[in-house]
Amino acid sequence: MNEIPLALISFLIFPGFLFTAGVGLFVAWIDRKLTARLQWRVGPPWYQNFIDFFKLMGKETILPSAAHRVTFLSAPLIGLIGVTLVSLILWQMNLYPATSFLGDIIVVLYLSILPSLAIIIGGSASGNPLASLGVSREMKLILAYELPFIIAIFTPVVIIKDIRIGSIVSYQIKNGMMFSHHLSSLIALIVAFICMQAKLTSVPFDIPEAEQEIMAGPLIEYSGPPLAIFKLTKAMMLFALPVFLITVFAGGMRFNGIQAFFSVIKYLIILILIVLVKNTNARLRIDQALRFFWLRMFPLAIIGFILALIGI
Amino acid sequence: MSLTTFSLKKSIWVYHLSTGSCNNCDIEILDCLTPKFDLERFGICLVGSVRHADVILATGIVNRKCLSRVKRIYEQMPEPKLVVAVGACACSGGIFAKGYNIAGPFDKVIPVSAYIPGCPPKPEAIIDGVVKLIQSLDGKLRGKR
Repeated sequence: MNEIPLALISFLIFPGFLFTAGVGLFVAWIDRKLTARLQWRVGPPWYQNFIDFFKLMGKETILPSAAHRVTFLSAPLIGLIGVTLVSLILWQMNLYPATSFLGDIIVVLYLSILPSLAIIIGGSASGNPLASLGVSREMKLILAYELPFIIAIFTPVVIIKDIRIGSIVSYQIKNGMMFSHHLSSLIALIVAFICMQAKLTSVPFDIPEAEQEIMAGPLIEYSGPPLAIFKLTKAMMLFALPVFLITVFAGGMRFNGIQAFFSVIKYLIILILIVLVKNTNARLRIDQALRFFWLRMFPLAIIGFILALIGI
Repeated sequence: MSLTTFSLKKSIWVYHLSTGSCNNCDIEILDCLTPKFDLERFGICLVGSVRHADVILATGIVNRKCLSRVKRIYEQMPEPKLVVAVGACACSGGIFAKGYNIAGPFDKVIPVSAYIPGCPPKPEAIIDGVVKLIQSLDGKLRGKR
């Protein structure tokens, strides 16, 4: 009888929705503040993203006459549920590696596509030409980055020959970080990092949202609470995806003693790298991005995978 | 003060609408977002779609070609919505006030909440105008309800 309330608490509060949303909005502030400092500006105060979220929640929701009502309004929720589940599973496996189930890494991979899928669904339901342009770009981008990303994530699975996140974490607790002991994992980490940049649609790959060309892309018709949920989903992804990479490649997030400090440092290093890449690059065209992922990242991921099969 | 009003005051997203201006005011608006003035520290962002915006920064005389578009853009904006007229042309018509192709100034077409005169207004003046708008927000929103 005790299981259902416990599951609800872990879904809604910790480590599910509330925790991820709170930390996500906070790290999205770190992103904005760092960007501002890099451009010699002052930057917004730490609560800026929370305020933005509450403001959007209080605004009017406009339904465009060309939009499909149900799809248009339910799309943001799909993405939100996806990213909440990703974060929930990852933290559950990190805190209690024994609860890991067979193939949970595949579940996380599939659920982490949901936010992009939600943008595609919502954008195409909004009936705006610019939104459909953004949607087609987002689809091409997914086709580009998803294959190298999956291959890169599966490299550690090949090394330890077990398809559970929990056993990857406990292997790393015993033997140290994956990427510092295996060359194949280091290559996979680099590939996964660049694919994550595209998954977060941040700057070299912000082609679907390209502010200067197609305004906000798929989000152009959204206003009020649905827009707030999309922004929240994006902030939560900025928290959940680096945690995914740390879990698989860099020893997981642990909170016993000095390890808690290292976990935060590991996350911050990845976040700062994301922001630096974001601020020192220009946007690619969609064909350049496709070529980059298929002709550069995919062979690199395959090389890492073959090295893992050999056992390096 | 409710949470919505409080957060609206702290996070104003502006949409930049130019209706036949000479580009002078537009450049001064963009100046506000540069490192020297940095409006993002007050939570003010420039957004690309009017659906995301709280405030329209309107520049230029409203000429007859623009008239229907201005009205439509205003209607496309979600409530609560505010309009700030930037520059002499947007406030009163400026030197074009007697022109044959004028349909404005702005307050003839859509409700305007704040006027920032000047040709062009300095970035400091624009910031001052937006600050005054924020200070007046509380009463205005209550009046609307």
